[in-house]
Amino acid sequence: MAVVQIRNLTKVFKAGTLGAVNNINLETKEGEFLVLLGPSGSGKTTLLRMIAGLEAPTSGEILIGGTVVNNLTPRERGIAMVFQSYALYPHLSVRENIAFPLKAQKVPKEQHKPKVEWAAGLLGIEKLLDRKPRQLSGGERQRVALARAIVREPRVFLLDEPLSNLDAKLRTSAREELDEFHQRIKTTTIYVTHDQVEAMALGDRIVVLHQGQVRQIGTPQEVYDDPADTFVATFLGSPPMNLLETDDVIVGFRPERFLPAGLIAPWAPIDEVTKTLKPENLLPADLLGSGNRIPLRLLVEHSEYLGSERVLYGKLPETRFRDKPVCARVSSSVLETYTPNTTYDFAVPEHELKFFDAKTGKRIPPRPFPWQ
Amino acid sequence: MAVDDRKVGVFMFLPAVAYIGLLIGAPLLLAVLYAFSDARIGTMGFHFVGLENFRSILQSPSFRAALRNSVVFTISAQIIVIVASSILSIALEPAFHGRWFVRLLILLPWVAPISLGAIGWKWILDSIYSVITWVLVWAHIFKPYGAPMWLGEPTLAMASVVLVHSWRLIPFSTVIMLAGRTSIPKEIPEAAAIDGAGFWRTEFLINIPMMMPIISVAVLFGTIFTFTDMTVVYILTAGGPFDSTQVLPSLAFATGIQGSDLAAGAAISLFLVPVLILIAYFMLRAAHRAEVA
Amino acid sequence: MPGGDGRKIGTEALRYAVLAVFVVLLAFPFYWMFVATFKQNIDLYNVENNPFKFNLPPTLDHLKLLFNETRYVRWLGNTALVGVLVVFITLAFSLPAAYALARLTGRWGQRIGIAIFLTYLIPPTLLFIPLSRIVAILGLQDTIWSLVLVYPSFTIPFSVWLLMGFFKSIPRELEDAAMVDGLTRFGAFFRLVVPISISGILTVVIFTFTLVTQEFVYALTFISPESQQMVGVGIPIFLVRGDVYFWGSLMAACLITSLPIALLYNLFLDRFIAGFTVGAIK
Repeated sequence: MAVVQIRNLTKVFKAGTLGAVNNINLETKEGEFLVLLGPSGSGKTTLLRMIAGLEAPTSGEILIGGTVVNNLTPRERGIAMVFQSYALYPHLSVRENIAFPLKAQKVPKEQHKPKVEWAAGLLGIEKLLDRKPRQLSGGERQRVALARAIVREPRVFLLDEPLSNLDAKLRTSAREELDEFHQRIKTTTIYVTHDQVEAMALGDRIVVLHQGQVRQIGTPQEVYDDPADTFVATFLGSPPMNLLETDDVIVGFRPERFLPAGLIAPWAPIDEVTKTLKPENLLPADLLGSGNRIPLRLLVEHSEYLGSERVLYGKLPETRFRDKPVCARVSSSVLETYTPNTTYDFAVPEHELKFFDAKTGKRIPPRPFPWQ
Repeated sequence: MAVDDRKVGVFMFLPAVAYIGLLIGAPLLLAVLYAFSDARIGTMGFHFVGLENFRSILQSPSFRAALRNSVVFTISAQIIVIVASSILSIALEPAFHGRWFVRLLILLPWVAPISLGAIGWKWILDSIYSVITWVLVWAHIFKPYGAPMWLGEPTLAMASVVLVHSWRLIPFSTVIMLAGRTSIPKEIPEAAAIDGAGFWRTEFLINIPMMMPIISVAVLFGTIFTFTDMTVVYILTAGGPFDSTQVLPSLAFATGIQGSDLAAGAAISLFLVPVLILIAYFMLRAAHRAEVA
Repeated sequence: MPGGDGRKIGTEALRYAVLAVFVVLLAFPFYWMFVATFKQNIDLYNVENNPFKFNLPPTLDHLKLLFNETRYVRWLGNTALVGVLVVFITLAFSLPAAYALARLTGRWGQRIGIAIFLTYLIPPTLLFIPLSRIVAILGLQDTIWSLVLVYPSFTIPFSVWLLMGFFKSIPRELEDAAMVDGLTRFGAFFRLVVPISISGILTVVIFTFTLVTQEFVYALTFISPESQQMVGVGIPIFLVRGDVYFWGSLMAACLITSLPIALLYNLFLDRFIAGFTVGAIK
């Protein structure tokens, strides 16, 4: 188990163009599950491949366990990697796939069997040992890939979007298995994905990347509730944060905090609240926060009923942003059905507003904002 | 619509099947018939003579030499070709400046008509004017006029025939191997590198086993092309010296056309069939395996 | 594979060395043809002279002889004519057949496809004897028409197999959409699939043409007179007077004939491989 340190790492593919990875600095904590999150082209896979040794950096240093590894081949770095396609050797059985790293590293033959069985046991695939990869389901293949990675007891685990080839239903259960797996082995893991739900669910910390640069590093709570700039703010969360822009300030608020005015306690009179919520679904007042609220009347243009909630798309006609589309997410515990072309009393708790500099997009402290 | 489709389909491929059937099936039958007859060029009729042709062929030393040579030349050439094209395909795989041009040069032996390549080699191996001789004399390995006659001595002539066949086949085999190599998903050798495999281990334990279906195709085609070819021998040595480079197809030509004995020629060429059937069997197996994988 | 710059340079040098060796071994005979083409006979046939350089100034005599005093140009013409005709016949038969086998006939189609491909295993050196008789009976002996008739027997299987690969890579939905819009199955084939596959068809044309130029056995067997012969047979057989080989002109002819074919081949090779891998690996 080791810590991975990245110092001033840059990778330029074509001289004179912007690098795929630009001057990145980061450091993992021992045993943590670190997620590299970003859209395609953000450099996350290039960064992972440089840590693995499959790609040489243009400048900068990579350290594993305190040693600079820039000049070491992948096999010398003590890492293991799971690829997006799993890259199982198709002509070898599951057992031979898992044993391959042991053979390659010249581990003594007597140790092969016990190690393979240990790794297989860890992932629950003992029964599959004699099958060939083409006979396995997607989830089973992931487990074989993990077994092959763990059998050498590496210091660092690298995973490159291993869930993106699975169909949606399978993805959730595979994700849970990954989580449990990490809890069991507690090896430092670096995980690349473009899916922010995965990142939030799995990561101890998330590194948000855009155009080869780190925008923010933080726990899921930090990057979601305290975004460092507009990119992080809109990349996490679906539908994305509402952003309203003036010449020098941008204000943002999340759809799920943009609620019918009556729901925002404690000033809501109790009988108003009971009009909008079924009694058994009354939410405790202090869960909704105290302090001031900003009233914003929402003209609903279009609504989607998604079962557990309603997503409302509309505009704010009584503000200066009357032409800007905004959206709100209201739990379907609320009885109101929100008909189109009707205006409703909505509000945002003042402490939920995030402020960004209009030119740089970076987060700034709260300030007075002109709604009219 | 499905029934109509079937009819249209049959009409669409029937002409091709008929053409092939008539121009391959019919002559094949005729070849068998001739082998059991006494047909000759110039006379029209023929009579059945049972196994007479086969008996006399099998006793002929020319035939035995030809049979032996066909097998030996083919196997030797395939070995050389597989080794050479494996090495070459590894060198050619990554892109580099001028790769297109290098490929053009490498393809020349395969693309040029067989007869022209062969006659080019005849000039290179000429008993007096050979450039190889000149270089060896210049390096003082041989005295002037003391170099061997490359096409005049049996062992050297045989080696020359194998050389020309290999030379011609290496480009073909390399192209096929390259195609096989590029179809291996790039993540697999990367996974092997991470797992700790070095160059040789990755080559022999991962790349080559994965390319097996394609390598089989290359070997099988190469075998057919060498085994059934008469051109190289005909032009380079005409079967000489003293039948040492005679092979089944060139002997069939010499007997059947030049010697006017159609029946004996047909009988000789029929000996190609067992090997061809064997190859067909292996090809079908390789094709089946490739589909299942 | 990364792992330090020193290692990389070593591998690269090794790669270039290997390539250089192979290029020399494979392409040398053609360089040699080039040298012989332009060397004066006195220089060429002198064992003392260094064969790698021009000891006397280069000459165009061999080329002049080739073009003025031999039937070389005639052979080129014959070969081109046969090539064009065979390409037409091949396309006419193999385009519909390949389409039918790729689309219309399911399991049986697969089997027939393999059977057609297996006919490739029945070589000319097995069939040339009976075919020579058939050709004589049909009165086509000593004419190029014998070849126009017989060559499609091996160009059609090859083309069907290659075209099947190309057609299979076109999504079925395109034709379904066309038929919903009102075309018949054959109409969809003719007006939609064929135009889309033009590059694949062109590849088949080039490869068929090269197969024709490379053929030797049938041409040698069916045709005797010099004026009717193909270039592949004419050069090694007729550029000889008695026992004397006109090596200069001979090499010139080889070179001039081989290079254009090689260029065309190299241009279309990538497309060929694409069709080949689709067909073989499915």
